[in-house]
Parts: sequence; structure tokens; C-alpha cells
Amino acid sequence: MAENNRAVVKLKENFAASIIDVAEFRGEVTVTVKKDEILQVLSCLKQVCQYNLLTDVTAVDYLGKKDERYMMVYHLYSIPNKDRIRIKAAVSEADCRIQSATQVWLTANWLEREVYDLFGITFENHPNLCRILMTPEWEGYPLRKDYPLQGPDREPYKGRLS
Amino acid sequence: MATTEKMTLNMGPQHPSTHGVLRLVLELDGEVITKVTPDIGYLHRGVEKLSEHRTYHQVLPLTDRLDYLAPMSNNLGYILTVEKLLGIKVPERAETIRIIMAELTRLQSHLVWLACHALDIGAMTVFIYAFREREVVMETYELISGARMTSNFFRAGGLSMDVPPEFEKKVRDFVDSMPGYLDQYEGLLTTNPIWLKRTIGNGVISAEDAIDIGLTGPALRGSGVDWDLRRDNSYSGYDKYKFEIPVGENCDTFDRYKVRLVEMREACKIIQQALDNLKPGPVLADDPQVCYPKKDDVYNSIEGLIHHFKIASEGYPVPEGEVYQGVEAPKGELGFYIVSDGSSRPYRLRIRPPSFVNLQALEKMSTGSMIADLVAVIGTLDIVLGEIDR
Repeated sequence: MAENNRAVVKLKENFAASIIDVAEFRGEVTVTVKKDEILQVLSCLKQVCQYNLLTDVTAVDYLGKKDERYMMVYHLYSIPNKDRIRIKAAVSEADCRIQSATQVWLTANWLEREVYDLFGITFENHPNLCRILMTPEWEGYPLRKDYPLQGPDREPYKGRLS
Repeated sequence: MATTEKMTLNMGPQHPSTHGVLRLVLELDGEVITKVTPDIGYLHRGVEKLSEHRTYHQVLPLTDRLDYLAPMSNNLGYILTVEKLLGIKVPERAETIRIIMAELTRLQSHLVWLACHALDIGAMTVFIYAFREREVVMETYELISGARMTSNFFRAGGLSMDVPPEFEKKVRDFVDSMPGYLDQYEGLLTTNPIWLKRTIGNGVISAEDAIDIGLTGPALRGSGVDWDLRRDNSYSGYDKYKFEIPVGENCDTFDRYKVRLVEMREACKIIQQALDNLKPGPVLADDPQVCYPKKDDVYNSIEGLIHHFKIASEGYPVPEGEVYQGVEAPKGELGFYIVSDGSSRPYRLRIRPPSFVNLQALEKMSTGSMIADLVAVIGTLDIVLGEIDR
């Protein structure tokens, strides 16, 4: 069960106030924390619980579905213990920024640049926060739900006419 | 007295040794690199955005085009993630064929890596030989799926169809002869003084640095980290097979070369075991809501036709939730993270490409070396731009 997960036990000891939710689905444990303490949570998991590999950093846009629009998602892996944990932190549209995890893992550098590029979430204390996949002068953030699939200046595709 | 000044040099995006459209901005002091800035995104096709507008079934062909040198590994990663969300079980025959194809894909991907890596450093003969063997894998792809590269062969619940009768013999002949071919390549390279000079001590990265920067796959194992998802977080029935995980010691290009060559030999062993295990049986789960009906039913009965049409046009609903599944792709950990809102389209699909994260190590591994050594580092990281840019 999720409550007995070693990382969850440790986090509850140290960050009881900032844990919002602990969930388990298909054997995967997800811990949602407050975004103010994301850096402390991540470094605790790295230093104390041996989650030494940051597998992935990404975001999800819950436009119109949740109060706080974006959800940052961190996938952590522990090479000594061979297990995973998912950490999530909500980021609101009004205050669209979060602490950068580059101080904990160098991996976060490009992964956070990609989130910035495609979602427009700003990372504080990031060494080089600029676009990575799109061109530097690109306007808008393509993976946001209100960004049209076919691009900003084109008629929506209506299917084949013939 | 002669004066020197730093020079900025643009390498790519059209350069034979950048393995696709990768642009590197180099800052040089003479021939020594002081800074490397990779510029990526030339092949960005918005796969993640597109996926949100397609049914789970329609996303599958997009995954072929990520790492186009290892299409079936991508198919496998995506399909396993969808199956995890659906919670369906796959018939044993389908699982075994998936493993055979995933390992053939590993052979194929490593053959292209070996060929291009050696060609970049100046050993042209290996290129010709490795592509000769790769052709057999391509033919096997064509035999079972009809396409040489964009296979699109796996389905949620199993495979799109059973393999033809000649499949087993073709694959067995290939993996039986492969160790001999590997000896040939090794004969050309492993003791070749030029090869040794170019690879030993090149692109060194310690295990701690490699983990910190997120390297995965053979690039990480070359630095001495004994970790392979196939063994440590087994998926698709890999726990039934016996194989060794090669690990390097000196963290350099030569060790990564050795790791990949041993991996190819181990892949052959896995395929041989899988062929021994291959028993007749169904290749698609008995789950009418997710799996397509048999072609016979589609052509000959109205119910079958309606069933086929329903799945093809509407897709199938997937339970609400979020899952992540990582597979050991030839280049490292390929992960898919899907958030489902209960509809027939992914709410969010995130691809964790191994090459994207591995390329980040380029700067650390090549700063302070010569331009020619940078070419060797790009080769040893084994990147594919289709996957980096998505």
C-alpha cells in the first residue's frame, strides 16, 4: 500500500504539513506536495531515500478541470533500490513559476527548459531558461490546452471535403 | 609573438557526423573545444500535442517515428503503458514475439550505431558489414509487418497478426550466424591501434556524474553502473530469460563500445531462448472492447464489421488515471507517461526520450577535447534526432 512505501513514510516524517495527497494506481505511488517545498522534498528524496536518478520532469495542463491549472510531475528512480516514485506539485496560472530542480540534479536543466518552452512555466534559479525545441522568437506555448493543434494562424482542419 | 583568439564555429545542422539535424555551436581555442552548445528542435513535429487529439490506437504509428532506428522498442514502450492503464493481460505467444522483435530491434539499432560510429572515426569497412546484417532485420520487419521501418505491429492486447511460418527459421538463422559476424566486426576494431587511440580515454564521464546528468542505457553501463530495466524492473516477461548485463570500467568510449557489443551477443541469446519458448496460441487478448476482431469476421459478418468500425472510429475508453512505464530501449530508458481522463484519447502523453537526456551529457564529455574527439563522443552517445525533437 502507498502508506507503507518507504519514501512516503520518510516524507510524512519530515514534510507532514506540505503533503497534499498520497495515491496509488496500478502499483505506482504518487505524492502531491505544495510547490513551495518542492525543492526540499526532492533533495530529501535524493539524499535520504537514495532516489538518485531524475528520470523525467514534465507538466500537465488541467485547463478548466482543476483550480490550479498546471501540475508539475517529477519521476524519480532509485538505482540502488530499483523503485520509482512520482512527485507532483500544482502551479497556478496567476503565479506560474516553481523552483528549479537543477540544484539537485543536472538532468533537470533541459527537461525544465522543455517544460518552459511548451507550457510556459517559469523555473526560478534555472541557469539557462530559454526555449529548446521551438525557435527563440516563437510566441505561445504549444502544449497548453488552449493552444490550437494546427497552430495559431491557421484555420482548423475540418476533415477531407471530397 | 603570435596572438591567438577564440573562435566560434558552427557545426551542423547538416553535418554527416551529427547523425541527423543537430546543430552544435562550438567555442574553440585552436582545435580545443572550450564550450559546446547543442541547438535542437529542427525535427520537432509535436508528437505529444498530436497524441492528445488521436485515439490510443491512432497514436501508435506516431511512436514508430520517434527513434526511427528502433521502431518496435517504441511501439513496445507505448503499448505496455496503454496496457498498464487498461489492466489487460497479453497471451504468452504475443509476449514472446514482442521480446524477439524488441531484441532484434536492439541488434538493428546497435548495428547502425556501430556502423556510423566507426565511419565517423574513419573505419569505413565496418559500415558496409554492419548494414549487411541490418538488412536481414529489416527484411524480418517487412516479413511480419509489411514495412521495413515504420512497423506499427504491436496492439494493445497483443499483436496485429500472427507471424508467418517462415519467421522462426529466418530469425533463428540470423541469430545463429550473428556471433560470427560480431567476431568479424571485433576483428576489424577491437585490436585496431587507430580505433584504440581514438576511443580509449575519450568522452570520460564518472558514474556519479553520469547519474546526475541522467544518462541511461549502454552509456550509463559503460560508466560502471550495473542497471538494466529488463532485469531490474522486468516487463513483458523478460524475467523468464537468462542474460548478462555487461558493465564497463573506464567510463570511456571504448568501454561503451564493448558494452554494446556484448549487449548484441546477449540479445542473440535472448532471441534463441524466446524461439525455443515459442508455442502456438492466440496472439491477441480476448477482450472485445479493446482488441480488433479477426479479419475473417470483419469481411464475412456484419457484426464483425460493426465491431471493427466501432474500434477504428471511436477507439476504446481507457480508465481514468496516470501511469508511467519505462522500457530498456537500445539507447536507454524510454518512458511513456500517460494521463487518462477516461475517454478514448490520452489527456496528456509524455515521452521520455533517452537520446534527449543523454545528449545533455555532450557538453561535459567533450569540453577540453579536440573537434575530432567530439565526433567520437556524438557517436558513442548514440543519439537519434527524431526522438530528441519529437
